[in-house]
Amino acid sequence: MWYYEKKLQYPVKVSTCNPKLAKFLIEQYGGADGELAAALRYLNQRYTIPDKVIGLLNDIGTEEFAHLEMIATMVYKLTKDATPEQLKEAGLGAHYANHDKALYYENAAGAPWTATYIQAKGDPIADLYEDIAAEEKARATYQWIINMSDDPFINDSLTFLREREIIHSQRFREAVEILKEEQGKKRIF
Amino acid sequence: MTETHLPKAYYDMLEELQTVDFVLVELNLYLDTHPDDLEALKQFNTFSKKSRELRDRFEEQFGPLDQFGHSYSSYPWKWNDTPWPWQV
Repeated sequence: MWYYEKKLQYPVKVSTCNPKLAKFLIEQYGGADGELAAALRYLNQRYTIPDKVIGLLNDIGTEEFAHLEMIATMVYKLTKDATPEQLKEAGLGAHYANHDKALYYENAAGAPWTATYIQAKGDPIADLYEDIAAEEKARATYQWIINMSDDPFINDSLTFLREREIIHSQRFREAVEILKEEQGKKRIF
Repeated sequence: MTETHLPKAYYDMLEELQTVDFVLVELNLYLDTHPDDLEALKQFNTFSKKSRELRDRFEEQFGPLDQFGHSYSSYPWKWNDTPWPWQV
């Protein structure tokens, strides 16, 4: 089971109300390579992955929920004081019509989250390679958003999240090596 | 929804805890793929103790951080109280 902790993994501050930036950030909330997809992908794959790497999938999957909450906090803070007019100007008119200022699991273009974003192949190497790719894609997305953002506080939090993608990718690469080594051992006997 | 005005100590103590807890997340993932690294394991246990101390001090002043009985509560029930993490 899980326990909720009443704190963010890393502080999230915003400079000003900025619904345009919020719209881009939604990509990391409900997009294909976003934090929801990451958490659900790893926590679902862990049931059938070899024992040696269950812990890693379990723990990275759990950390992704902390990242999801950070993104949600950014979106919430960037939009909470926006007028409907400002939301419309930021390209969030359709979002406002359907959700007011509530958050929704969708990508930056407004497409709702779907399980087709994630795979569980049952083949450990295929699953881990997908996980490595997912981390690299998420890292790239963070970079593209940082490139478009001029909010130094948001960029500080986004830089933290971008670095976490690098660490996760590295750990998954190590997991691949651990499994290859295990397979090698089996062949000898 | 509500914005609570919080003393500077809230942010300072929270950030100190976040810093220590981040070290623990990082070491935890590292140990998942390097289970035989004794130095990392020692660091992990040291920071685990440090985290517990900081958590207790924070909770004494600002209320429970953990749900389902992992934090004590004074009367009346404090868990429902703002601020939630996205409100600070």
